[in-house]
Amino acid sequence: MKPQTRWMSLVSACGAALLLAGVTPAPAVAQEAHVGTLTGHAAAGKPLYTRYCAGCHGDDGDAQGENAMWIDPKPRDFTMATFKCRSTPSGSLPTDQDLYNSVERGFVTTNMPPWVALTPQNRINLVAYIKTFSPRWRTAKPGTPITIPAEPTATIQSILHGRQLYQRMECWKCHGPAGHGDGPSAHELTDNKDDPIRPYNFETGSRFMCGTANQDLYRIFMTGLDGSPMPSFADQLSPAEAWDLVHFLRTLQPLKTRESAIWHEWAATHAGELKPIGPEGGGQ
Amino acid sequence: MIARFIALAALVSVSSGIAGPPHRAPPLPAGTISGKVTYTGTLPKLRPIDMAKEPNCVTQHPTPVMTQDAVTGPANSVRYVVVYISAGDQGAPAATDTVHYDQKGCLYIPHVAAMQVHQPLAIFNDDPHSHNIHPLARVNPEWNKSQPKGAPPIRTSWDQPEFIAVKCNVHPWMHGYFVVLVTPHFTVTDSTGEFSLTGLPAGKYTVTAWHERFGTQSQEVTIGGSETKTANFVLTARPY
Repeated sequence: MKPQTRWMSLVSACGAALLLAGVTPAPAVAQEAHVGTLTGHAAAGKPLYTRYCAGCHGDDGDAQGENAMWIDPKPRDFTMATFKCRSTPSGSLPTDQDLYNSVERGFVTTNMPPWVALTPQNRINLVAYIKTFSPRWRTAKPGTPITIPAEPTATIQSILHGRQLYQRMECWKCHGPAGHGDGPSAHELTDNKDDPIRPYNFETGSRFMCGTANQDLYRIFMTGLDGSPMPSFADQLSPAEAWDLVHFLRTLQPLKTRESAIWHEWAATHAGELKPIGPEGGGQ
Repeated sequence: MIARFIALAALVSVSSGIAGPPHRAPPLPAGTISGKVTYTGTLPKLRPIDMAKEPNCVTQHPTPVMTQDAVTGPANSVRYVVVYISAGDQGAPAATDTVHYDQKGCLYIPHVAAMQVHQPLAIFNDDPHSHNIHPLARVNPEWNKSQPKGAPPIRTSWDQPEFIAVKCNVHPWMHGYFVVLVTPHFTVTDSTGEFSLTGLPAGKYTVTAWHERFGTQSQEVTIGGSETKTANFVLTARPY
């Protein structure tokens, strides 16, 4: 241990002792989480959090864990109660199910792994504990999940209309004309803590940040990824338009999806009819 | 009949409230605190904003727009300072007139918008392209919404007092503030740096001036009746 480090640990140890001696800690708030038949308890989640989560998210949930400085994008700061993957509208708290899904699924574009190795009971206990870090969980309720109507069948019309929306909603300014995450604003994007962040690159063909299914893609742009530059389009797109956009976005991935099959068959003979996406583009 | 008359009177008073600035009958006598905000020290260097990635906005500005975080006027006056009563105020219900916040030429107009808790706020996009409005609230919920060209205004309000930085991620130079206050007595200085807080009942007040770069200053002012007291502020500018 370097002398400076030793000195600093001594100071922090003294600080901790002073805190223990002089200041009464805030009473622990009984916090539960519910998913299906599971009930999570914060007290049971705490030791799990200390073992599995605190290294990045920090003992106090403030994203100041010892690994945080090496991680990009930065770990979630639970004291802000702002979460990217939600089923609820922008600005509202996520449901317990949303948080549970995030713990289970992980985030493919970040350092957060899927915690499938933990039992469902342990995962829901962690969700309950995560909710103790911000007072917002005591003063506000989770938002009402958005309604996602049944997906219509993808057609070349829906894909082409989705392409027009990609132009008109200016998705390309961040995600790029071909969805490669290289739009004109891409390199200057920052999150709500002013840390640099990259837009999703559809060319990687990976899972999406908040799931794998078409419904997850729909939910991502209708709720927005709070804290990140990705806004909510819920006020701008009708459900039918949102599905059209989903169908187009699927063609940007190098995957053998139903949508890309329809798209490539059409483009083989009609590609010349397309206006490019971008500053001068008209979508179609 | 009486009920109908009351309803009509209420309607008239509501509509007159919408038409003008915050309109409420102050208890008499009422005093005024007025003054001027100036700076001392060295100003940060204002830089021209490079809007090249948004050609629509380049053409809207014949001369380059300078950064707006330290805008000053003649005789060292400071613009965009929020002056408000931070203590001693008796409180009042939220104003019902709507605060307008425009996005035009890839700028927020006004750069700093002050409002009361629960006061209606309408955010407009007057540009021929998309913006995303991302208020980086910490006490209130943080949200982030897209507003393409021609989209209707986003109508909202804030439940808690807070100084909220606002940004557009697509155009990272776009930066402004929503200043949400409990008091109905507030104003934002123009380039003269002058301000006037009116309608103050007799009492002891703390007047606070806030500027995004030059910080916060407060002073105590006692109002005895129908009088005008002066409270000038000299903020310290730093070059970085």
